[in-house]
Amino acid sequence: MPTCNMVQAINLALREEMAKDDRVLVIGEDVGMDGGVFRVTDGLLGEFGPERVVDMPLAESGIVGAAVGMALYGLRPVAEIQFMGFIYGSFDQIFSHAARMRNRSRGRFCCPMVIRTPYGSGIKAPELHEESAEAFFCHMPGIKVVVPSGPFNAKGLLVSAIRDPDPVLFLEPTRLYRLVRENVPDEEYTLPLGKARIVKEGGDVTVIAWGSMLERVVKAVEPYSADVIDLMTLSPFDEETVLESVRKTGRAVIVHEAAKTCGFGAELAATIAEEAILYLRGPVLRVTGYDVHVPLAKLVDSYLPGVDRIRKAIDEIMRY
Amino acid sequence: MPERTIATFTIKRLEILDDKGNADERLMPSLEEVDIRRMYELLVLSRTFDERALNLQREGRIGTYPSIFGQEAAQVGSAYALDKSDWVFPSFRETGMYIAMGYPLPLLFQYWSGDERGLISPQGLNILPVSVSVGTHIPHAVGAAMAVRYRRDRAAVIAYFGDGASSKGDFHEGFTIAGAFRLPVVFLCQNNQWAISMPRERQTAADTLAQKALAYGFEGVQVDGNDVFAVYRATREALEKARNGGGPTFIECYTYRLSHHTTSDDASRYRSREEVEQWKRKDPIDRLELLMEKRGLLSGKDRREVKERSLEIIDAAVREAESVPPPGADEMFLNLVEKPSRRQSKQMTGMKNADV
Ligand SMILES: Cc1ncc(C[n+]2csc(CCOP(=O)(O)OP(=O)(O)O)c2C)c(N)n1
Ligand SMILES: [Mg+2]
Repeated sequence: MPTCNMVQAINLALREEMAKDDRVLVIGEDVGMDGGVFRVTDGLLGEFGPERVVDMPLAESGIVGAAVGMALYGLRPVAEIQFMGFIYGSFDQIFSHAARMRNRSRGRFCCPMVIRTPYGSGIKAPELHEESAEAFFCHMPGIKVVVPSGPFNAKGLLVSAIRDPDPVLFLEPTRLYRLVRENVPDEEYTLPLGKARIVKEGGDVTVIAWGSMLERVVKAVEPYSADVIDLMTLSPFDEETVLESVRKTGRAVIVHEAAKTCGFGAELAATIAEEAILYLRGPVLRVTGYDVHVPLAKLVDSYLPGVDRIRKAIDEIMRY
Repeated sequence: MPERTIATFTIKRLEILDDKGNADERLMPSLEEVDIRRMYELLVLSRTFDERALNLQREGRIGTYPSIFGQEAAQVGSAYALDKSDWVFPSFRETGMYIAMGYPLPLLFQYWSGDERGLISPQGLNILPVSVSVGTHIPHAVGAAMAVRYRRDRAAVIAYFGDGASSKGDFHEGFTIAGAFRLPVVFLCQNNQWAISMPRERQTAADTLAQKALAYGFEGVQVDGNDVFAVYRATREALEKARNGGGPTFIECYTYRLSHHTTSDDASRYRSREEVEQWKRKDPIDRLELLMEKRGLLSGKDRREVKERSLEIIDAAVREAESVPPPGADEMFLNLVEKPSRRQSKQMTGMKNADV
């Protein structure tokens, strides 16, 4: 079993699916010759040729829109948006079309497609290269939102996303791209979408996170007895796992990188309040980015929830 | 080094049938008499549908409806050139195309009455649902054309849109990709001179819309959009070119929206009666009738029969559409995704008991 970082694991998932299914194509900016700016699609052009690994003009709406057209025709495109900050130019295609085509045509047409994009902070890049815009997409019915947290689950989740009959937004935390290596089987396995992962079990508090926040959450909870939940899929999220844990611990802390207001934590907190408030010992707390634009490198660490802020929240809720 | 001219361009306009019903025989496409008759029937049927839809809307039996009055030739002429299995990406003002492609008329009435089930294109027809967000479906046609190329299929792809859509970013992005890959796609713009209240001149400073294609590296032509033969010929040639690897074509059908933008619009707020009257003289159906009369293909009796037959077809379609039971409330939850989420399923069951 090879050990891989997340970039390699995603590459492996693409390679395996492309080899198995000739409907799977990769399209995006610089995905071919260059292998993608993070090298996620490295080697695919050589292996599958320019018909299946398509370097596209610099046109995000056009790329996603073309992927919609390909999917309608029966292919399974995997479109890369070079950075999440540039997905905004394709909102219309995602919201108005990819997410609605099945519904609009009452099942006659659908959009089995994946949009992959590097997501979140940690690469010391210019503005709009470190966005965490997941919540927008979770509000929209018709599209799934997936965030892997390591090489092993990245591969299993991406394979599921490619095989999913509906559009999936696959957010790849750049901070994790090369952070750890894990054993990643090069034979087929999948992880179900919509299912969370219990990273660590404990009794006193439930901490819910995804993507790059998990690593610091795991560190932060060391002195406590905590359930740590990695959602992995944000939409639709695994309500059962979240509620079961919160009913057990009676305390919930949600950690995310995106700004607080209307962040995905709000949905989690509301769900916990609706379904499990009588089990709670204290308020549901959110440790998140501030309601500002994610700053550049010098200030990004002040913006992000750190171990100290997470511990503070846990300490606060442990008083109840 | 002197300054040199490194590019010049010309844009062609194709006209075959004039207002008096005379056709330029050199340009006339090869069409059998039965084809000409069929085109005529489709034009009349489209207009009859339109008239009925406007009435039904006034009676509150359907919702907001965008009339195709005046644009029938652009729609029927282009659709007549398509194969049934071609891929069609319409906007929202394409009733004539649907009719010419053989889309079931009751479904159209059903859709415009507010029932999405009317957009379920029958198997065998690859007509995408009405696309309301102006111009945003252009990249879909481009992606489908990429898929056609990848699959080495013979199908061609066509996108329909208006003059207003030519200002959208997706027009630019779609055209860019189509040109860069020389894709088998036809872009058919009905320049009906208006985008709600915005006249064509306010949409762009370009003299023609057709010339925009040149910037993307492919051919753009203007055709008289009220001339069913010119539209048919241009579309057929563009489709053949697409199928033979010749790349995309942009066809600007120069036409006019004789009615309001939709049933909720009042066009007298922004355009003159004289302008409308002038365009009425270029009515696409009148012209074809004149030609057919000259050629002995249409008598007064034939004319009445075609109209009566159209009325019968439309009556039957309305009856059928109105006999369809309204959708159950569940319908809104079906087909969101293949497998609804736990929450969606819960909401769907909860809805029945009016749960919170
Ligand atoms: C993206 C978008 N913006 C605005 C509208 C509202 N709207 C509907 S039709 C229309 C004008 C469209 O003009 P054109 O493309 O020329 O098509 P036509 O209505 O003339 O057929 C507008 C502004 C819309 N549907 N979509
Ligand atoms: Mg218009």
